[in-house]
Amino acid sequence: MAFADLIMTALLSGGLYALVSVGLNLQYGVARILDLAYGELMMLAAFGTFWAFTLAGLSPLLTLVLGAPVAFAFNLLLFRLVFRPLVRRSRDRASLEVNAILSTFGLVFLLQGAALALWGGSDRAYSYLAEPVTVLGSVTAANRLLALAGALVTAAAAYLVLRFTRTGRALRAIASNAASAPLVGIDVERLSGWAFAAGGLLAGVAGVLVSSFININPAIGTEYTMKALIVVTMGGIGNVLGGLLAGLALGFAETMGAAFIDPGLVTAIAFALFILVLVLRPEGLLGRRRR
Amino acid sequence: MNVRSMLRLAAAAVLSLAATIAAAQDAPEKIRIGYVASLSGPLAPGTLTTTVPNYRLWVKDVNDRGGLMLSKYGKRIPVELIELDDRSNIEDAVRLTERLMTSEKVDLVLAPWGTGTNLAVAPVYHKHGYPLLAVTAVNEKIPELTKRWKDVFFYLGMPSEASKALVDMLSALRQQGKIGDKVALLAVAQQFGAELIGPAKEALAAGGFDIVYEASYPVDVKDLTPQIKAAQAAAPDTFIAFSYPRDTLMLVETAQVNGFRPKVFYTAVGTAFPVFKQKFGDKAEGIFGIGGWDPTVPGAQDYFKRHVAVTGQEPDRWASPLTYASLQMLEQAIEKVGEIDREKISASLGSDTFQTIAGPIRLENNRLVKQWWVGQWQGGEFKGVAPADMPNAVPPVVD
Repeated sequence: MAFADLIMTALLSGGLYALVSVGLNLQYGVARILDLAYGELMMLAAFGTFWAFTLAGLSPLLTLVLGAPVAFAFNLLLFRLVFRPLVRRSRDRASLEVNAILSTFGLVFLLQGAALALWGGSDRAYSYLAEPVTVLGSVTAANRLLALAGALVTAAAAYLVLRFTRTGRALRAIASNAASAPLVGIDVERLSGWAFAAGGLLAGVAGVLVSSFININPAIGTEYTMKALIVVTMGGIGNVLGGLLAGLALGFAETMGAAFIDPGLVTAIAFALFILVLVLRPEGLLGRRRR
Repeated sequence: MNVRSMLRLAAAAVLSLAATIAAAQDAPEKIRIGYVASLSGPLAPGTLTTTVPNYRLWVKDVNDRGGLMLSKYGKRIPVELIELDDRSNIEDAVRLTERLMTSEKVDLVLAPWGTGTNLAVAPVYHKHGYPLLAVTAVNEKIPELTKRWKDVFFYLGMPSEASKALVDMLSALRQQGKIGDKVALLAVAQQFGAELIGPAKEALAAGGFDIVYEASYPVDVKDLTPQIKAAQAAAPDTFIAFSYPRDTLMLVETAQVNGFRPKVFYTAVGTAFPVFKQKFGDKAEGIFGIGGWDPTVPGAQDYFKRHVAVTGQEPDRWASPLTYASLQMLEQAIEKVGEIDREKISASLGSDTFQTIAGPIRLENNRLVKQWWVGQWQGGEFKGVAPADMPNAVPPVVD
């Protein structure tokens, strides 16, 4: 296969990983909720896009625009109803993490069950932007290219907000030390809710963008949660650029591994890279060491 | 009429009345039929496309008729369906199946979906003497397995037969000068793909075909662009992928995006699924896949319509009609035996001829010997094209 094709494939799969990780980074890194139901939020968005496309002929890009506020509101509500009590009850970050894992694990079953009851468990799929586009001399599907663009845009937006706005600075303060943040007048609860909701919104964006080239069924979420967790941990928890870097690294490792070693070993290669990063830099590629 | 004969008559009347009452009392209120299936988890899409909708449809059909006619009690008895979810976990499937038989004591247990799960639960059915209509299982060892398990019945046959039917079709096309020798071969790195690619390579080599590209890919593959581009670069006449539903759709979309149009394009499981038609519409035209069916069999069209009306989705065009046919066989066997006697039902299933929506079926050594192996999307329908000696086989269209 031509070199340009390899690079493009690596970029696209890396971009996909980065895309699914940005939202989790906000939910886990900033709002401190390790959301195991993250993939289920993507699944709901994918189903929504499928139905809007199939029943109303709505373009997924329009669904993206119309669905974003819905996803934000849904996640804000989720945070207020389910996670705020947990945040209040938990003594420290470690106990919040355990509580969040347990309750979001329950949420996984709830959301999967709801999807199963509403839409059944068989595969759904639709065709959108399955058009060839030539980039860097390599023929690529437009829908996958859109997902890559989505990854770059959402990661850049999240980075810019976190880095250069007042709210962003407050969010980073919460991420680095939630206990001390109130001392400088930061409303931790309110901002955590926003961060969680923004993460949920980005999960929705990822769900919409991937829905055009995957098979949609209630069980697809788990796999994305796993991949997103790996990417977030590898990049440094709460570090959006680290996540982007980690996603792309994973994509390159998998693609090159498949091309030059063996396609059957892709998963093993991905996890080997993950372990290597954890051993050498436990705080993640761009993460800051926690004390 | 003297007193004695009157008494005799009266006694006879009383006795026959008593017998009727006894029979009526003996008659169960309902026939309890259970199954364990993957209603959630990774095996759910296949299960809920092929297997479960047919179970629900059949039970509705039977109960609309008033139930199954059991001649022992002289009346129809409705069926109650007990569904359990193994969450795509094979150990759970085995455990729950045993529970249905030993603690729930259901009358019959329908089959799960997929080769792996069917083979895993088969010993449990055999141990407790329940017939297993293992429709969705493809395995090379079927002839040996049916010798060991007399209560287990297979419908889809062996990978070597799948490969033979496919290669026979390719040989015929080559003889007609429609395709050349070059074949690209892909398989998902999983039991199904592994079982099919071996016999396929042998059959292709024996048929004098030239394998110009061969590769496998993992089950959870995200992007098949590299494989499609490599296959395209080898310029094959025929592209064969022993794929599973999720990669089947990905392969077809990727090939279409890249303008890869070999004369024969074949993908495996999923090509016959309604989601395939839903996603590709007119672009499905001409694509070959595993399975196929004959929509002209009496009752087949009616079945198709009822399936849509009752379950809200189209049947798949491979194992769905066979799944429903297996249930028709079960129904006819039960009504012939006239009671729930599992040993007699198994004996009937193994030896009688049944009229089904997939045509008349008579199992040989507990397996369906002739079945569709290759279908092709032609005019919005996935028609059976091979083996060519199947009744109403449609010639493959290659331009």
